[in-house]
Amino acid sequence: MLNLYTRRRIVNAIGLVISMLAMAFGLFWLCWILWTLLEHGLPALTPLVFSQMTPPPGSSGGLLNAIVGSLAMTLVGTLIGTPIGILAGTYLAEFGQRGWLAPITRFINDVLLSAPSIVIGLFVYEIYVIRVKHFSGWAGALALSIIVIPIVIRTTENMLRLVPTTLREAAAALGAPQWKIINFITLRAARAGIITGVMLAIARISGETAPLLFTALNNQFWSSDMDQPMANLPVVIFQFAMSPYEDWQKLAWAGALLITLSVLTLNILARVLFRQKSASH
Amino acid sequence: MNAENIANPQIITQKTIVPKIIVRDLNFYYGDFCALKDINLSIAEKMVTAFIGPSGCGKSTLLRTFNRMYQLYPKQKATGEILMDGANILDKAQDLNMLRAKIGMVFQKPTPFPMSIYDNIAFGVKLYESLSKNDMDERVEWALRKAALWTEAKDKLKQSGTSLSGGQQQRLCIARAIAVKPQVLLLDEPTSALDPISTAHIEKLIDELKEDFTIVIVTHNMQQAARVSDYTAYMYLGDLIEFGDTSMVFTNPKRKETEDYITGRFG
Repeated sequence: MLNLYTRRRIVNAIGLVISMLAMAFGLFWLCWILWTLLEHGLPALTPLVFSQMTPPPGSSGGLLNAIVGSLAMTLVGTLIGTPIGILAGTYLAEFGQRGWLAPITRFINDVLLSAPSIVIGLFVYEIYVIRVKHFSGWAGALALSIIVIPIVIRTTENMLRLVPTTLREAAAALGAPQWKIINFITLRAARAGIITGVMLAIARISGETAPLLFTALNNQFWSSDMDQPMANLPVVIFQFAMSPYEDWQKLAWAGALLITLSVLTLNILARVLFRQKSASH
Repeated sequence: MNAENIANPQIITQKTIVPKIIVRDLNFYYGDFCALKDINLSIAEKMVTAFIGPSGCGKSTLLRTFNRMYQLYPKQKATGEILMDGANILDKAQDLNMLRAKIGMVFQKPTPFPMSIYDNIAFGVKLYESLSKNDMDERVEWALRKAALWTEAKDKLKQSGTSLSGGQQQRLCIARAIAVKPQVLLLDEPTSALDPISTAHIEKLIDELKEDFTIVIVTHNMQQAARVSDYTAYMYLGDLIEFGDTSMVFTNPKRKETEDYITGRFG
């Protein structure tokens, strides 16, 4: 009969080994993906990528129009989606205790959060693209903003709920009206978490292909007009990677690396920011 | 010196005793549960009144009716009368913000706002007064001095309120409450999260603050009630069992229940 201490050490060792193996398994695939991306993407990542437009097959070129298009649509999508998301999230967290509106909103938001992005692309195609009769950057930004909204709503609500009730009571006890309590106390206390949520939403939409396929489509040429079809990295990668031309495939690798690196940077930034803020509390 | 005062009620009566708050037939409900039953008592102006009793006896609930804190929660309601200077606090027509300007509150856990020490104090003042930069600086210094925090905080007014220690945070909350210049200060177990030295600081502070403010304190610590208060109310299961001079309640309680509780023979 083993004594209690030895038994605990054995169980501990077994548990530790199993969790380390699980972690190694997950990391293995992640590293493999990153390695493949770097292997194919880095040689293709020349200065031309940032200075030339997407080329026709057989000639040299870059991804400038796609990079700019992606940045523009991500920016506009975030600018539309973030305020709506923060306002709705604030409503759910601060006013949502009574009535039926908040639970229903919360439920619909959860559905939207898990809606396949291609459905959102088709939806915007149906309500906007068909009516104006052409693909456009605005339509792309709209589709992206519909993806941003539920993410920001969810994180805003969760972060506001983490703010202790005593903080709200303390502000109320000073006689502060509710709008001041929310603006200056609770939103402020939850600031780092909400910004993290917005950054994660940006990271999510910067890699979305399906919603853009039906809305912004693509554009071989330079276009800064949001009312015209707009080039963007995910759709260019989709198109170029499927093509038989080697130049295009190389550019697709470069684009994939670019997106991955920017998403990685955003995620790391979000984490660092959140950790700093939580540590100072 | 406080102990002397308690031993000789005549000394405190040099201050004329005026009731600041009068509670009449107060009942309080959490949903259907009646948490306070027919409470009648009066709080003397510029004195310290302590509410003691075991957990769940309703002492915090009673305190929170004075500034209608319960109104944040839809299922809580109070009936009866709470008169402050003759006006009924529970009256629907009572302006809540103005009421809370007159009645400040400090909570069990320190609750510094996520902003600088200076702004923590200025936040409440700005709700009622628009002061010039100079006047605001003076007000902040006045409040911090009153709360015995000035010497520790004067060089870091721009730092976050959360960077202070627990005891300092609690004094910051007291400074924030008195900066608004209320008439009444409600303290809800203000020292239960603090170490003995910080507790001693705050108790000393309470003694000084009663020169200017009417103070009501809820405490779990009976020695604390005996040390700081002039009047003590003992509550049990929503009833006010005994209320009177602190010296009388602690040395010669009228009710058997009170005696059992303060001598530790409770339950």
